[in-house]
Amino acid sequence: MKTTKTPAPIPAQPGAAVTKGGAPAGALPRQKREGAVLNVFSHGMLILWAFMVVMPLLWAVLTSFKDDNSIFSSPWALPDKLHFENWSRAWTDANMSSYFLNTVLVVGGSLIGTLVLGSMAAYVLARFDFPGNRFIYYLFIGGMSFPIMLALVPLFYVVNNMGLLNSIHGLILVYIAYSLPFTVFFLTAFFRTLPTSVAEAAFVDGASHTRTFFQIMLPMAKPGLISVGIFNFLGQWNQYMLPTVLNTDPDKHVLTQGLVQLAASQGYKGDWSGLFAGLVMAMLPVLAAYIIFQRQVVQGLTAGALK
Amino acid sequence: MQHGKYRFIVGFLTVPLGLYAIFVVWPFIQSIYYSFTDWTGLSPDFKMVGFDNYKKMFHDDIFWKSLQHSLLFALLLPLVTISLALFFSFMINVGGRRRKGGPAISGVRGSSFYKIVYFFPQVLSIAIVALLFQFAYNPDSGAINSLLHGIGLGSIQPLWLGDPNLALWCVMAVLVWSTVGFFVVLFSAGMASIPADLYEAALLDGAGRATTFFRITLPLLWDTVQSGWVYMGILALGAESFAVVQIMTMGPGGPDYSTTVMVLYVYQTAFRDGQAAYATTIGVALLVVTLLFAAIVMRLGRRERLEF
Repeated sequence: MKTTKTPAPIPAQPGAAVTKGGAPAGALPRQKREGAVLNVFSHGMLILWAFMVVMPLLWAVLTSFKDDNSIFSSPWALPDKLHFENWSRAWTDANMSSYFLNTVLVVGGSLIGTLVLGSMAAYVLARFDFPGNRFIYYLFIGGMSFPIMLALVPLFYVVNNMGLLNSIHGLILVYIAYSLPFTVFFLTAFFRTLPTSVAEAAFVDGASHTRTFFQIMLPMAKPGLISVGIFNFLGQWNQYMLPTVLNTDPDKHVLTQGLVQLAASQGYKGDWSGLFAGLVMAMLPVLAAYIIFQRQVVQGLTAGALK
Repeated sequence: MQHGKYRFIVGFLTVPLGLYAIFVVWPFIQSIYYSFTDWTGLSPDFKMVGFDNYKKMFHDDIFWKSLQHSLLFALLLPLVTISLALFFSFMINVGGRRRKGGPAISGVRGSSFYKIVYFFPQVLSIAIVALLFQFAYNPDSGAINSLLHGIGLGSIQPLWLGDPNLALWCVMAVLVWSTVGFFVVLFSAGMASIPADLYEAALLDGAGRATTFFRITLPLLWDTVQSGWVYMGILALGAESFAVVQIMTMGPGGPDYSTTVMVLYVYQTAFRDGQAAYATTIGVALLVVTLLFAAIVMRLGRRERLEF
């Protein structure tokens, strides 16, 4: 997929396709006409959906640069001038800066923790025979299909009793725990595909199991770690349900929560433009990262479902 | 390889397994236990009440409404999303016109552009998407109604989320919007691995596009479609529907309980009404629905595995 260089080639003239009619020589005329009608229809649908995906996002970007009056009087008009003050207001007054910082801390901590702990567990489960191996594996896998909300009610009190409620490190531990099922599932399959000979050679040379893992196996597993890392990064960055239940202190809010909170309080303050600036601010880094690392992101997100 | 093996295994498994047991497995077990008590969540005292919570649940109108909506989500959302995604990915990968001298099978022009754009919503948080659409649906100044006004349909100005008959469909549309792209990319990857000679043979035999799709693409893609179906259903019963309903709808879950879903009802019962034990009971019902759903889809979808 060499998509980065594609110069946005929207096939914008479905009409042209009809008149030119480039069906292969020898095709039946009936097929030709049917093909042309289908062509217009299917191209139309493809363009329509692309339009429907992009419009709401464009609308949000436009709105974030408008003043409050024109947001209500003419939602689709271009802004009269670029009101950058919306953005600075959102960043400072509406606490977007602290929501960003909290999110970065939580996601940074839990992403590293998930990858380290997940790969350790997956490596042991993939490479070593011991009683209970299968049981532990299926215990991890089972977590993928259970509704998390069921566990959240007692979990709230578990976290509370440990004194971890409304704390960044508490949230990190919970994120790691709930990311482990997929991570272990994915990495176990990955470690199984790696050749055993390299690890055996290292072992013969006197490396310990631990050293073999960190110096030989982890570097070899890099592609798998990147895929599952991206999957977990997006899942944890976009997480809404866990923080809503476990992190109710406004000072500790992560981005998604902060924005929802902000939207709820706008009813009284009426700073809609600031809210939209906040929304776009939260959207842009992820979209930018996606466009840059497009291939890896797509691989990371679809890898699990294809396995 | 035997030297220090068990010490190594224990050392590597203790922390991940410990975290997982404390924060995931233990709460799940507890919640099933709590569903047989009268625990409020506010005080540490509770006693066993047998099946009282379950009896209460069977007479709870809101529970039945939320069950209905959740089932509708689990059945209709994957159907619509996967159909749309199959159509789009077929067009993107196989639907292109045959060019002279080109390969027998090609995608439409701009196929990689479509794949990039369609995937946008997937990388955004469902919470942000829900917020965005909450404003778009705003009857007075939202993007949708003013767009209708702009193209001369000013007489049609629905209340969208404020209309009990429309609200649920509005919420579902948002979930479709945000997940179609993921499946387009997923199915595209699957279609790319179908050998081109199968299509060539079909074309030589005079098969049209519809025949090609139903006779070649769909059967060979069936495994992916099926696991996608389960994946989407679990999302629609769980985290995704919680975020959209909780953020977008009035109440949330309104107007008049027209959009409430099981996962939201669990949350509200536990953390708003202070009935933790009853909430876990509804949670157990949600667990049963989820597992049944997955089992039925896997069973109904079972076919002979095609090798290619």
